[in-house]
Amino acid sequence: MILLINTDLLVIGGGPAGMTAALKAAKKGAEVIIVERYHELGGQLIKQTHRFFGSKNEQAGTRGIDIAQGLTKEIQNMSEIKVLTEATAQGYYEDKIVTVSYQNKFRKIRAKRIIIATGASEKMMLFLNNDLPGVYGAGAIQTLMNLYGILPGKKVIMVGSGNIGLIVSYQLLQAGVEVKAVIEADSEIGGYLVHASKIRRIGVPIYTGYSVKSAIGESFVKGAEIIKLDRNWQMIAGTERFIKADTICLAVGLRPLVSLLIQADCAMAYVPELGGDVPIRDENLKTTNDQIFVAGDAAGIEEATAAMLEGEIAGLKAATEIGYLSKDAITESRRLKKELRKLRNGPISRNIRKGLSKVRGDDNVKKNRYSHLR
Amino acid sequence: MRINKHPILDFNRGKKITFQYKGQEIKAYQGETIAAALYAAGIKVLKKSNKYQRPRGLFCAIGNCASCYMAVNGIPHVKTCITKVKQDMVVEEETGKGDIID
Repeated sequence: MILLINTDLLVIGGGPAGMTAALKAAKKGAEVIIVERYHELGGQLIKQTHRFFGSKNEQAGTRGIDIAQGLTKEIQNMSEIKVLTEATAQGYYEDKIVTVSYQNKFRKIRAKRIIIATGASEKMMLFLNNDLPGVYGAGAIQTLMNLYGILPGKKVIMVGSGNIGLIVSYQLLQAGVEVKAVIEADSEIGGYLVHASKIRRIGVPIYTGYSVKSAIGESFVKGAEIIKLDRNWQMIAGTERFIKADTICLAVGLRPLVSLLIQADCAMAYVPELGGDVPIRDENLKTTNDQIFVAGDAAGIEEATAAMLEGEIAGLKAATEIGYLSKDAITESRRLKKELRKLRNGPISRNIRKGLSKVRGDDNVKKNRYSHLR
Repeated sequence: MRINKHPILDFNRGKKITFQYKGQEIKAYQGETIAAALYAAGIKVLKKSNKYQRPRGLFCAIGNCASCYMAVNGIPHVKTCITKVKQDMVVEEETGKGDIID
């Protein structure tokens, strides 16, 4: 039997953006369902052992795992929020219904508003043998190591020197794994200097202007051949060198998980600064589909603090539109948007600002370029 | 290989259980995923690619990719990276394009 569940707000994804969105809407009185693929809430926060940076108002100095725990507890105490774990949203239909496979059963959910907070997936990188077991996304290593206490290997090559690459390198070192090298294609280290210094002090070499040519191994990684790149990121023949390792960790960026948004016919824009295809939306994170909001990494790759603020803004607006009006909603929304602007104010967020300027306003609204696939 | 001492984290592992992999008995802890338990036991090749039979291991570990599909209790295409391991579960490498095993 396929059950149809009615609710005010459906939140797809129980990570930082989804959790704050659900909480904000529920506090205004909305009945909320969160659909989460994993068996607990928290998204990628549940494996982030490092302390957050940024604004104090937004939990800087707190470890990701503790933020996830705090929000999860708050959600459990709200009778307005129903959490479906081990539940995957499967599709969005013309009659505005979302189908969900929930613990091996099929469900239909009809909601007045939907907030899509599906997060991101890791980018793959092209090199020979990149499909060999032992080549992982950085997130996978965090999951194995920080969630289950299992070492991915003994000797790791980290590809990418952005903050994720640097932080995960440090986490590997903390767990007793040898980080053989950090490889960076660009001529400069991508992440914050404070993180780079931390691993350099321990003695990990960071090779800038290098890339991976191939992974070596039969049924499992035994090492990698790295190669020097010229200014145009072309491989320079003859500069290959072999590094022995049992793990190649890819921290080469994330891509927004937008398949549901595309299927729901939200207008999309390709914005490299935000990680790829992202939905066009207004300042309240409303997409071009009147029923649907977006928040967090699905709206563009940023970090958890911004995701949580976006969730709150979208949650508040969704609750208002459903009919849960509150006196302070306008000032509250203004405060959240101001906080988010402040967060994105620094020189590090220059790219984010550039990217965001491309996803707002009518000029950017193009036909959904996947329409022909539907 | 399991981490026993960590400077920040304590791993509160669940009850000890066992499950079957290719007729072998594998030790695991309740609450962890099938892929995590296999990894801890040193089994890192989870399947073969369809066309060229190339080995496949864990890649994303959060249910995004298709690199960890295995047959669990006869059901193919189970994402073992997000499916919890259970006592006496039978985990097999997939055959064909994910045939249903009787």
